[in-house]
Amino acid sequence: MPAVLDLTFDAPKPKVISGATGDWELVIGLEVHAQVASRAKLFSGASTQFGAEPNSNVAFVDAGMPGMLPVINEGCVALAVKTGLGLKAQINLWSAFDRKNYFYPDLPQGYQISQLYHPIVGEGEVIVEMGAGIARRVRIERIHLEQDAGKSIHDMDPAMSFVDLNRTGVALMEIVSRPDIRGPEEAAAYVGKLRQIMRYLGTCDGNMQNGNLRADVNVSVCRPGDYEKYQETQDFSHLGTRCEIKNMNSMRFIQQAIEYEARRQIALIEDGKSVVQETRLFDPDRGETRSMRSKEEAHDYRYFPDPDLLPLEIEQAWVDDIASALPELPDEKKARFMADFGLTDYDASVLTAELEAARYFEEVAAGRDGKQAANWVLNELFGRLNKDGHPITDSPIGAAQLGQILDLMAADTINGKIAKEVFETAYTTGREPKEIVETEGLTQVTDTGAIEAAVDQVIAENPAQVEKAKANPKLAGWFVGQVMKATGGKANPKAVNELVAAKLGL
Amino acid sequence: MTDLTSLTIAAARDALRKGDVTSAELTEACLTAIDGADALNAFVHKTPEIARQQAAAADARRGADAPDLNGIPLGIKDLFCTKGVPSQAASRILDGFRPEYESTVTRQLFEAGAVMLGKLNMDEFAMGSSNETSVYGNAVNPWRREGDDTALTPGGSSGGSAAAVAAGLCLGATGTDTGGSIRQPAAFTGITGIKPTYGRVSRWGIIAFASSLDQAGPMARDVRDAAILLRAMAGHDPLDSTSADLPVPDFEAMLTGDIRGKTIGIPREYRMDGMPDEIESLWAEGRRMMEDAGARIVDISLPHTKYALPAYYVVAPAEASSNLARYDGVRYGRRAKLAQGDGIAEMYEKTRAEGFGDEVQRRVMIGTYVLSAGFYDAYYNRARKVRALIKRDFEEAFANGVDAILTPATPSAAFGLGEMADADPVQMYLNDVFTVTVNLAGLPGISVPAGLDRQGLPLGLQLIGRPWEEGDLLNTAYALERAANFVAKPGKWW
Repeated sequence: MPAVLDLTFDAPKPKVISGATGDWELVIGLEVHAQVASRAKLFSGASTQFGAEPNSNVAFVDAGMPGMLPVINEGCVALAVKTGLGLKAQINLWSAFDRKNYFYPDLPQGYQISQLYHPIVGEGEVIVEMGAGIARRVRIERIHLEQDAGKSIHDMDPAMSFVDLNRTGVALMEIVSRPDIRGPEEAAAYVGKLRQIMRYLGTCDGNMQNGNLRADVNVSVCRPGDYEKYQETQDFSHLGTRCEIKNMNSMRFIQQAIEYEARRQIALIEDGKSVVQETRLFDPDRGETRSMRSKEEAHDYRYFPDPDLLPLEIEQAWVDDIASALPELPDEKKARFMADFGLTDYDASVLTAELEAARYFEEVAAGRDGKQAANWVLNELFGRLNKDGHPITDSPIGAAQLGQILDLMAADTINGKIAKEVFETAYTTGREPKEIVETEGLTQVTDTGAIEAAVDQVIAENPAQVEKAKANPKLAGWFVGQVMKATGGKANPKAVNELVAAKLGL
Repeated sequence: MTDLTSLTIAAARDALRKGDVTSAELTEACLTAIDGADALNAFVHKTPEIARQQAAAADARRGADAPDLNGIPLGIKDLFCTKGVPSQAASRILDGFRPEYESTVTRQLFEAGAVMLGKLNMDEFAMGSSNETSVYGNAVNPWRREGDDTALTPGGSSGGSAAAVAAGLCLGATGTDTGGSIRQPAAFTGITGIKPTYGRVSRWGIIAFASSLDQAGPMARDVRDAAILLRAMAGHDPLDSTSADLPVPDFEAMLTGDIRGKTIGIPREYRMDGMPDEIESLWAEGRRMMEDAGARIVDISLPHTKYALPAYYVVAPAEASSNLARYDGVRYGRRAKLAQGDGIAEMYEKTRAEGFGDEVQRRVMIGTYVLSAGFYDAYYNRARKVRALIKRDFEEAFANGVDAILTPATPSAAFGLGEMADADPVQMYLNDVFTVTVNLAGLPGISVPAGLDRQGLPLGLQLIGRPWEEGDLLNTAYALERAANFVAKPGKWW
């Protein structure tokens, strides 16, 4: 039975910045550019492989050669639809491509093929959790498919610029949110949530370092109460003038840029000046945003329908097929983990953050104690992986091996302390836990006679400690430790505890 | 076989099959004619080596079952990208450009055995009606007014193609038609040219002018040759998203000349103020010929015709302004010499200022203007709406039982080169008044030579057909051709 999603949550408090004239709130909307995880480009058969020799993944159409024509890659369309379904969005069976015209050397056609007027995906939503029971519902306005540009390289030669067209024409999904985000942390969490959903779906690998996920952030400030007026009326005049900070590919930069930009705008307004709507760039070295182009140079993109492409018409049945093959999404998985395995909100969040981790956990937890499995994965495994800087996909110990350790504990073959040793050995050597326990003779001593003998010996050798323990029963733990030491850690701790208590008359 | 170069494709095909002539002989005859016709400036790049190789290959596989075009020498408009051969759209900005790919149309023609004699002159980027915007200088019409050696335009933009076919330099040629660029030069030079239904012929590898209007088609001595060529050029191409996935019929087999019971519409809006008597009477003559051939003639109305030319001169430049943005000096073709300190903006400005001629610059500027923020709705969007209305006019006529529409092809016979030099550019645009509607509606249209004017210059009539029914249209044109019996040839002066 599928877990029932608990969608009751409280909205987080908006970020408030105190200015000289009173409090200010932030209003943020994002345009996230996600590279479609397709092997070929949006309108050509050229490869999308990252890191190839410059200008080696370029078809004639990508290079804007005369007479070349674009042909839509159906796989990219399917991935965009899948993303839309994952964001619970309207899928438009009829969409169309437009040309966005501007001159730049890394834009060989002199225009980017995009979808201004009729995007393939319409309104959807994303739930962005900011803590247990606290989440922001962010409305998605649209997702459209478009071509990426190439790369201009200006620092290789003092007099010349170079252009690499490998990225030219790679498919991007531009995911446009409504201005529903109210603080820098929320913005980063929103991007993280999109990334998580798309990685679950397999529609974008979300690698921000390689530029596969980038964000343009629209920031404005308003007085407390204004945002609520906007929400009631959807009238933007209640909000402040926004600035767009372009092309950020790090969660940290997104937060820093928003923080800086909000304070810059507040300072302007409080100074009696006004915010000019413009495009700005974030300079991570100086931690500030600066104007990208002046109004005089403002681009007029002269959008118009691309006459080389017919409208994109897809069938509802095809969309239904994609929908029926949709994987379990993060929110549902988390709810199921909490319901089926009794996990806390926090543990379930961490375990579902990455699909591979969730898969690993589920394999370990299958038929076992879910909470114990979660503890082992979260504490032992993740701790060890973090130490080595390994991702879960490179874990030297598989889920089946970790499961064996849990089974050995459940059968009282080993205790928790030995289990950790076995884990470490298995992690570093790749040996099977069962084999380690057998070969190393780590099987737990459950023979009460042997344990009793060890307890008696410790008591006999430490009369002074016995007196102290009788006065202060908390000191019984010392005897337990000594017995464990004497048995090489293999004694069943429960049996030792009971015997020590009995012998000391506690 | 006295004059091989004056053969029709059909006659040459039959002679080749019978072994009366070889492709090598045909090809040599054409190459000789081309070399003797530099005064016409029709061929801007000759490819005799390729021609001889292709002719030899054709002769090697000739026989009764060789394709129709096996061994037939053709000229190729410079707008088509031909692999390894200069393909410049008659523009300075594509100086030295030799594509590494072959357009779908020329690939299909060569696969069918056709022989390429060279690249043909045209207006720069197919923008013009007189061939005078070519970087190579204009082609010259082989026809002259009686007793007058004024050099006349072959029309445009496929002026080189028209001149070459009319002058017997090749047996047929490729053209392209965005607003009349096949039909107007065909009419000016006494040959036949058809613009197929939009989507019938692949645009892949043809240098784009206005993507939603551009369509390639054949230019030939007669209707039968046009039918043979069109069959080889047409067909679905997965590389062109706007190409139609429809079977290509054997157009030649549909030429019966029987149009009894067909309904021919005469649109009253094509009777323009100030239209020369000779055009008017030619049109009336065409109407009579169709009637005599057994067709039913009806007067029809295409009420939005008068908005066609302005709508066309919004839509076409808008698309052109975007299509021509790629000519920036970055990757191929011409790049202007830059001064110390010049940046990317200077490179674009200087390259495009010296690379594009005046007419191209004019249209890029018009197109940029009509797509600009604040003007888009008033111009481009309105033009799109007008276009839809024009299309609907035709659809209603066809729905009312009209099979084809008869109009003049051009508002005049060929005019003198340089005559329009000082005129308002709109005067030149008026040449397209009868032809642009067909492009805006995406329909097939054919120009058939139907008579001579008082000065001995050819005049053409245009037939417009239902979408995808080029076979039926060609057959109607065939009936007109037989009735008109146009046999005049230009006297050789070059």
